Amino acid sequence: MSESTPELKDIPGPTPLGGGARRSLDLLYLIAVNDFKKTYFDTVLGYIWSLFRPLILFAVLLFVFTQIFRVGSQVEHYPVLLLFNIVIFTFFQEATIASVGSVVGQEGIVRKTQFPRLVIPLAVVLTALFNFGVNLIVVLIFLLASGVPVEWTWLLFPFMIAILTVITVAVCLLVSSLYVRFRDVGIIWGVLATALFYATPVLYPIEIVPERFHDIALANPLTPLFIELRYLVIDNSAPTAVDAAGGWLGLLPAVAIAIALCLIAVKVFSREAPRIAEEL
Amino acid sequence: MTNPDPLATTPAPDFSDKPVVISVKGVNKTFRIPLQKVESIKERAVHPFRKQQFRELRALQDINFEVRQGEFFGIVGRNGSGKSTLLKILASIYKADTGRVQIAGRLAPFIELGGGFNYDLTAFDNVVMNGVMMGLSRQEAAQRLNRVVEFAELEEFTELKLKNYSSGMMVRLAFSLMMQADADLMLIDEVLAVGDASFQQKCADAFAAMRDAGKTIILVTHDMAAVENFCHRAMLIENGRMIEHGEPRSVARSYLRTNFSEESRQVESMGLTESGEAVEEEFNAESAIQSRRLDAWLEDESGQRVSNVEVGTPLRFGLTLQAIYDLEKPLLSFQISNPNHVQVLGFTKTFDIEEGQEDVIPAGERITIRGEVENQLTPGRYIFACWLTRNRGAPDRVVQGIPMFEFMVFGLKSSPGLVEANAEVDAKFGAAAEPVSEADPDE
Repeated sequence: MSESTPELKDIPGPTPLGGGARRSLDLLYLIAVNDFKKTYFDTVLGYIWSLFRPLILFAVLLFVFTQIFRVGSQVEHYPVLLLFNIVIFTFFQEATIASVGSVVGQEGIVRKTQFPRLVIPLAVVLTALFNFGVNLIVVLIFLLASGVPVEWTWLLFPFMIAILTVITVAVCLLVSSLYVRFRDVGIIWGVLATALFYATPVLYPIEIVPERFHDIALANPLTPLFIELRYLVIDNSAPTAVDAAGGWLGLLPAVAIAIALCLIAVKVFSREAPRIAEEL
Repeated sequence: MTNPDPLATTPAPDFSDKPVVISVKGVNKTFRIPLQKVESIKERAVHPFRKQQFRELRALQDINFEVRQGEFFGIVGRNGSGKSTLLKILASIYKADTGRVQIAGRLAPFIELGGGFNYDLTAFDNVVMNGVMMGLSRQEAAQRLNRVVEFAELEEFTELKLKNYSSGMMVRLAFSLMMQADADLMLIDEVLAVGDASFQQKCADAFAAMRDAGKTIILVTHDMAAVENFCHRAMLIENGRMIEHGEPRSVARSYLRTNFSEESRQVESMGLTESGEAVEEEFNAESAIQSRRLDAWLEDESGQRVSNVEVGTPLRFGLTLQAIYDLEKPLLSFQISNPNHVQVLGFTKTFDIEEGQEDVIPAGERITIRGEVENQLTPGRYIFACWLTRNRGAPDRVVQGIPMFEFMVFGLKSSPGLVEANAEVDAKFGAAAEPVSEADPDE
């Protein structure tokens, strides 16, 4: 017990990041690890399950698009590209969908302790990143096995994933804080996420999209990311995002939308955060 | 907490030279409770111009207080009075609408025993999580484990998930974590009424130890014994307002008084309670209406009507009747019973008549009876009733039951049984050589 005279300070009140950055980081890590444990420790096959979903999806889609629609047969390394895209999109989808109810789900903590609210959706993203990281090992094995050459451009892969993570976090903040007041955000986002899966070049490469739809497709911030990722990792002869957009200016809508999304998300979350405990 | 605290007798230390560590100035908090909660965007879309209706609940109004370093400060109030809201504002869980709250030193971020536990995780993981919440690093939090489980006596169960813990084990873990919290300021909401007797004792000791270690503690509780035993100072909140602020004993009394008077008001507004109705039925079944009860009351020394009395305060009652028929040789039997229809005591009264006067109350006449009864009742709810006997000779005694009122006896300690009595008891080794005088219950 310190006998020194402590100084009176105004209390912060509930904030997105209460109690200091290090505490928040530690909490973030612990919550993510604990979520991970909770999900997989009680299951027989443990971690394998998290691979199961994208792999099954991959198998089905591969069959559909090579045997029925035959889109894939025109594309270089189509199976690898498909798996690669699915694993990346799964990260985005898993994180955003799990985050919707995350703040409400941690009701006990939010209402009874001084907890940095921001940590909750961030932990969801972190857990999804863990899964993504391990799934990538499978993708890597598949990549090498199917003879995709190792290129120096692979080094830029983490950079693209960082951008994707920022967009993912923004969406997570938005849906998790809005869900506290509007429960149908859960349903809306479920539908939107599925729509995005088809609107983003995951199943198909951008070049088979009719030219007149390119502007719309490229306004989706995820589209240039997937185009660029394909170029960097799978196929050096594929168009870059800039090529697909017909120059840097073509990327402007996507960049603007992504930045606006981030700003709105931060604003909404910091507005809602102090009230979360009362609204629950 | 039935255990008398040895520290309770020490004089209240003076904190006026200590620095203020919690300062609350003019805090207001209003909750807007939607009358019809709009939970979907569709509802907004369908009725875009319908203004959302809110009922305003003023949870806290103009709360001001200061707590100095090392003080054990109690906040008492009935359910819904706003005391937990205040605690949540102090803990930065809610935001005050207006006013200023300042805190000096490290505040434990928990307000509830076991708040923030994750039941799907092991005790170990929860202890680490808890430590990090307190602001420790992960390593420090893990090192704390041994001390925590040792205090909780749960060394063998660190790898067990909390959902498999018994409620007693959970409470021990939670309390132990709180004890090891190592914060300068602690906010504690209702924790004393948990665990078995031996653990409660341990908690009481721990509280006393924390108090003596100079920690500043704010305790929110319903347990007036705890307030008296532990707190240096207390405040009473009622309907979001601070009603009283000061010495724990007087605050505790005020709490009991407001609490019970409120309860009695509710009893009156609903008519009689269940037990009261039962009494009335019982009366009517065998009664013949001979008189009308005009008034019946309980009063305090100054003649003020009350519906509750403190333990040991004499029961001063009154009853006004109007005779419907001529009442010959009337006899009033008063009785006090508890809600389980157990008669606790009774006494009778014939009319005071003057020499030569007939022992009859003429029809239409009003009479008033006043009396005072020694109060040896233990805290609880009681029913005061009266039986009017009109003695027309043994064969046709007519009886009318007259329910009078219900009242509460309040006090700080709870005692077993219905009445309090002085008892003198000797206990000695060996067979009884000489008869020991028996405890006299009427003494």
